[in-house]
Amino acid sequence: MNDFLHNLLFLPEQASTFAEKVDSLHFFVVGVTMLMSIGVGTAAIFFFFRYRRREDHQHTDYVVPSLKTEALFISVPLVFFLTWFAIGLRDYVHMTQPPKDAMDVYVMGKQWMWKFSYPEGPNGVNVLHVPANRDVRLLMTSRDVIHSFFVPAFRIKKDVLPGRYTQVWFNATKPGTYQVFCTEYCGLSHSKMLAEVVVLAPEDFDTWVKEQRKGSLQNRQDALADVSLVDPPARMAEQGQALVGSQGCLKCHSVDGTPHIGPTFRGLYDREESLEGGQKVHVDEAYITQSMMDPGAHIVTGFGNVMPSYQGKLHGAESAAIVEYIKTLRAEQ
Amino acid sequence: MQSSAPVVSVPEGTQAPKFAAHFATLDVQNHAARLGMWLFLSTEILLFAGLFVCYGFYRFNFPEAFAEGSRHLDLFLGTVNTIVLITSSFTAAMAVHYAKASKNKMVTLMIALTLLMALGFLVIKGFEYHHKFEQGTLPGKYYHFAGIQVPGITLYFTVYFLSTGLHAFHVIIGMGILAWVMSRSMKNHFNYANFTAVELGSMYWHLVDLVWIFLFPMLYLI
Amino acid sequence: MSLPVTGSTSPEAVAAHEGAHGDAHGEHAHPSYLTDGTTIKSWLLTVDHKRIGVMFLFFVLLFFLVGGIYALLVRIELLTPGPTIMDAMAYNRAFTLHGVVMVFLFMIPAIPAVFGNFMLPLMVGAKDVAFPRLNLLSLYIFLTGASLAIWGMLHGGADTGWTFYTPYSTQTTTTLAPILFGVFITGFSSIVTGLNFIVTVHTMRAPGITWFKLPLFVWAIYATSIIQVLATPVIGLLLLLVIGENVFNFGMFDPARGGDPVLFQHLFWFYSHPAVYIMVLPTFGVMSEIVSAFSRKNIFGYRAVAYSSIGIAFVGFFAWGHHMFVSGQSTFDGAIFSVLSMLVGVFTAIKVFNWVGTVYRGAVDFKTPFAYFCGFIYFTVFGGMTGIAVATMSLDVSWHDTYFVVAHFHFIMVGGTVMGFLAALHYWFPKMFGKTYHDGWGLVSAALIILGFNFTFIPQFLLGNSGMPRRYYEYPARFQALHVASTAGATVLALGLVIVAIYLIHSLVAGKRAAANPWNSKGYEWMTASPPPTHNFVGPQPVYPEEPHFYVDPKKAEAPDAV
Repeated sequence: MNDFLHNLLFLPEQASTFAEKVDSLHFFVVGVTMLMSIGVGTAAIFFFFRYRRREDHQHTDYVVPSLKTEALFISVPLVFFLTWFAIGLRDYVHMTQPPKDAMDVYVMGKQWMWKFSYPEGPNGVNVLHVPANRDVRLLMTSRDVIHSFFVPAFRIKKDVLPGRYTQVWFNATKPGTYQVFCTEYCGLSHSKMLAEVVVLAPEDFDTWVKEQRKGSLQNRQDALADVSLVDPPARMAEQGQALVGSQGCLKCHSVDGTPHIGPTFRGLYDREESLEGGQKVHVDEAYITQSMMDPGAHIVTGFGNVMPSYQGKLHGAESAAIVEYIKTLRAEQ
Repeated sequence: MQSSAPVVSVPEGTQAPKFAAHFATLDVQNHAARLGMWLFLSTEILLFAGLFVCYGFYRFNFPEAFAEGSRHLDLFLGTVNTIVLITSSFTAAMAVHYAKASKNKMVTLMIALTLLMALGFLVIKGFEYHHKFEQGTLPGKYYHFAGIQVPGITLYFTVYFLSTGLHAFHVIIGMGILAWVMSRSMKNHFNYANFTAVELGSMYWHLVDLVWIFLFPMLYLI
Repeated sequence: MSLPVTGSTSPEAVAAHEGAHGDAHGEHAHPSYLTDGTTIKSWLLTVDHKRIGVMFLFFVLLFFLVGGIYALLVRIELLTPGPTIMDAMAYNRAFTLHGVVMVFLFMIPAIPAVFGNFMLPLMVGAKDVAFPRLNLLSLYIFLTGASLAIWGMLHGGADTGWTFYTPYSTQTTTTLAPILFGVFITGFSSIVTGLNFIVTVHTMRAPGITWFKLPLFVWAIYATSIIQVLATPVIGLLLLLVIGENVFNFGMFDPARGGDPVLFQHLFWFYSHPAVYIMVLPTFGVMSEIVSAFSRKNIFGYRAVAYSSIGIAFVGFFAWGHHMFVSGQSTFDGAIFSVLSMLVGVFTAIKVFNWVGTVYRGAVDFKTPFAYFCGFIYFTVFGGMTGIAVATMSLDVSWHDTYFVVAHFHFIMVGGTVMGFLAALHYWFPKMFGKTYHDGWGLVSAALIILGFNFTFIPQFLLGNSGMPRRYYEYPARFQALHVASTAGATVLALGLVIVAIYLIHSLVAGKRAAANPWNSKGYEWMTASPPPTHNFVGPQPVYPEEPHFYVDPKKAEAPDAV
């Protein structure tokens, strides 16, 4: 049945854990839609023949709906619509909240290509390698206009915006190659802004990462790449370490846990911080990025608002590298 | 439904209200004109509402830049302008009062005073703008003031110039409308039966005033 | 023309009288609005709402043609996966201009400015709209804006999509500014038209016409006008801001200066979602008139249909965020927008059920306008329900910005607005021009249009399901079969429209004279001559029906059957 409906509705293959959930709601909604259209259509056609005109100035009966009928007209659609809303909301919440231990990949959209960087090292342009059966989170930003990251087989899509990070996650179930589209119109070559997700079996993925680190495949990747986009093949965290030195972060932030003018980087990631004004914040990528771009927005209690903004001084890949570096400084558990 | 032109006796020398034959009565015609004006004013409010939303959104994102920016405006000139504009609204209202009393000379005087104050408002606003051009506190890429360099400050001045600029544009339109009303009061047109034009012009002027009453605290005070 | 002068004239008597004698000596005593002054100047400077409506009809049809040509260019280009007849830049311009022309220059003015202008004063028994000179002004404002936009299209054109999303629209090097400014100006025309209608309905109703005696078309136009007046200023401001960004670089939506492009999307959809109801609500009004006239039946649940128009106008203002489920708005906001969008669906469902209920125990005469009603009711159910589907958050993640959404809104806009426009044109054509057209050709072309429409857009639903994104110049070859099917359907649709144009123009030139009330309708606008005289009614005004859409034998009228 599933297969039959699948082919009937031209759905792409189901290659992530979301796909089945989304598709079953899809069948429910589209099925009811078709039944309703056919039902209303048939009722209308039946009425046309049953109640066709017999004389020119024919008088008709004065028929009005009873309160019960009108209540039925309202409640039946409402019950269906709210059911779909509830299921849709539940799935949407599931799809937008990445699990804690997901593997992170940074994504940069640019007219008209996708660049993927892994915290452990390799970069890729227009090809994203991920292991099967593992939660993967993409942290995405754009260098110019709005793009949108869409993998039909995974049933995921998220806009990629300049100046901020958005995230999307998935768990691919089957090794294979899947198409990535840009779905937000982004200019002349919008339709050429394509990429692929290559899902590898977990052991194959480990091998691939090792080879990437050795650099044996690096040349091939670089050959595909727009040279201006590809950073030197350094690990992101290492890049970040260099950047915190060169950008002057270490003047105010320590990396060994001692408090200074600003909060220490050690153990900062994933910590609960209490803010000026009594609120609490969970330190994640978004908070760290915001603190670099707009330091005054959320000040941790006990520190002054003295940090200058790095808006415009760091580009997306650099701030991502710094975030990765801070993430390596987690407190020992 | 069939209506013939109603006979209204009006004071010597003034003009009887013009009656358009497609209305049922003169009252209905005046009611329609007022209703139309209210609807038009609601569109004006919504026009500015878009800018207020931009202001609110960016103020929430960059509270410091906006506080810094507003401290940098000339509070004294802003206050003077507010007083000038509120007073001009009062004289515009008085013009309606005198029109209802068929005192066309007083209508002319009141509108002249309103126009004078409107001009004063624009001149003061011009001084403020001039200062900002000299200093470099300008919107977007034109901003080059070294004194304030916090993120979001250019947005503050973008909102400032767009909202005060749009408001100034409305002041100029309002002046045009009032000048037209004044040209009619100088010809001794208005009386207790024929004052809708003064009333509508004055309503428009109150709107211009009202928008400023929102803009002033938003931009200068908080 | 000598109408009976006794006050108790029944509407039918007037109609019969008109039908019998109208031809013979109508023109001498009271010329119709068409013949009252034949110079160009008498048209260009007219304040007659009927002439203004006819001029609007001429221009919106012109823009419908322009938008349709762009649509066909887009469809032809998509016949093959690679380049077919144009390059990527030309394609991006073609779909942008198709959207801009169809939305702002055709669909928004289509029914209100043409049939609203012509029929609304007649329906409320008025001689004209409240502000006739403003009405003429709105035509010229519209033409000014439209000319500027067309000028911009000829000198480069825009390539942003009709949604003008920042920051792309602030960076593009195409001639965006004149097009935006043209659209901004046409917005004023829309506001003035809406304002005029609201005041007319409030102040110009003939004595005895209470709110619940108004025909449903008037209710629908009234609800539309509220949206036009309240939503249009916001997009007006927004378009000015984008011009400011594009030309002067003010940085309002520029991420590098702290601006947020998503704010643009919120402001844009705050207008553009209600704008969808500017396009479809008048259609709902037209269809209420037609279903009642051709099944000779009172509207089943008149108040429910009237209130649901107001309900759609109101809730429609708070549903805009469903365009942004994947744009980075919070889940909480998304949930609120999603559930409010469902309510719009409920209001529409009320209308649909009541229309079908109207046919029940009626007396159906299957003429051309009714054929369009049949197509419309199916399109509205399918388009509306797929609208609910895309408002379901988890499903929208897959469908957002794919051909599914394209197909959905074309079902509403073509299946709703264009059907409504054609239905209104065929229903009121005898009244407006005093000529009849060939009903057989009307039915043939309606069948072609409905069939062609299905063949155009059902493949697009499937394309969307399989993941084809919108605004793609080139696409993977596996999508080609469905694209070819869609283009073939579009050809049939175009053929149907060409036939309509041919027989309507033919009937204008050589058609038979129409009777005052060829459909035996009880609508008030039918109780004057066809075409109506300049001041709409001559002599004492006909008695207004006890209820709108009242086809009941007066003897049986006391006891309605509740079903």
